Amino acid sequence: MVQLNLPQKSRMIKGKNWPKPDSSSNVAEFEIYRWNPDNDDNPSTDKYYVDLDECGPMVLDALMKIKNEIDPTLTFRRSCREGVCGSCAMNIDGTNTLACTCAIEDIKGAVKIYPLPHQEVLKDLVPDLNNFFAQHKSIEPWLHTTSVPPETEWKQSKEDREQLDGLYECILCACCSTSCPSYWWNSDRYLGPAILLQAYRWIIDSRDEATGDRLDDLEDPFRLYRCHTIMNCTKSCPKGLNPAKAIAKIKKLMVERQV
Amino acid sequence: MLKMKKIKRPLSPHLQVYSPLINMVMSIVHRITGSLLYFGTAILMSWLLCIASGEAAYSTFQAISNSFIGKVVLIGYTWALIHHMLGGIRHLIWDTGSGFEIDNINRLAWGTLIGSVLLTIIFWILNYTLS
Repeated sequence: MVQLNLPQKSRMIKGKNWPKPDSSSNVAEFEIYRWNPDNDDNPSTDKYYVDLDECGPMVLDALMKIKNEIDPTLTFRRSCREGVCGSCAMNIDGTNTLACTCAIEDIKGAVKIYPLPHQEVLKDLVPDLNNFFAQHKSIEPWLHTTSVPPETEWKQSKEDREQLDGLYECILCACCSTSCPSYWWNSDRYLGPAILLQAYRWIIDSRDEATGDRLDDLEDPFRLYRCHTIMNCTKSCPKGLNPAKAIAKIKKLMVERQV
Repeated sequence: MLKMKKIKRPLSPHLQVYSPLINMVMSIVHRITGSLLYFGTAILMSWLLCIASGEAAYSTFQAISNSFIGKVVLIGYTWALIHHMLGGIRHLIWDTGSGFEIDNINRLAWGTLIGSVLLTIIFWILNYTLS
């Protein structure tokens, strides 16, 4: 359902202004979303100041520095710190991306950091992604076959394998899905770009034998067709993939199988 | 788990913090112009009705449409029509599976905006020079 403004208890209030480091001139300002489930307050935005001469180059480095040296209560997900795991996906400087591959120096002015948009917040920058992963499970992202299994592995030609390029690299960080206004309003029924890219990855896998079933499953006004080619997904993907194009290809297959 | 469910969790900010990317803005404008065309059709219908009703009614329509507000509405209507048409062409291109590269997404979005303004200006210049 479309609701343009935030519910009363989700609106952000002015938060704490943390002290500046006294030595350096090379200081960056970070404005970070805070919400603590242990009290009844509205979310707020705290201001932190980080000495960039003493900090790594990426936004994640600054977050770790803040947590280690300024405010240990700041909560966020992170793991690999090199764009492989997808844990540190968040809204930085107005778009969704990974904190670990987003350079601080590329951002003009204060670095504004929020959790992935239009998700329930567990704490600070940690969103509840249960629905997202349940949707992924719903497309059955594994090989479906009916033929007698081969003695060794299911083989694939080099050309067929190349069809999966630009799809298999997805790390399910949810940057694209949570950048999509259609997903904001209809995430209960619309699968969203990340999951549809995954669906397409199995649809065009030459080894998969459930293509028809997979397309049947998506043929729905909401599950697939809530995509209105807004294109925020493709613009936000930190891995440079193209969910919008994958969705367009599914839509094309839907038409092609009927002519 | 039971305890977790009782907590009323906030919704993270969305439109409030997301950059107004040109592709997203053009998508919203495409919807708005689409809705405006509904009212534009009503204007067109009332114009036709006035023609059918005779000279007096037609003069009244002319007087209203030649007023300042009338002109603003009519120029707005032609812009909405052209913008929505160009947006439609943009969607047709995407339906073929092309134009999905980020550069092309931006070009198509800006093209829709700039093209619609230019075509509207050309339309009204032609309208005044030819009449």
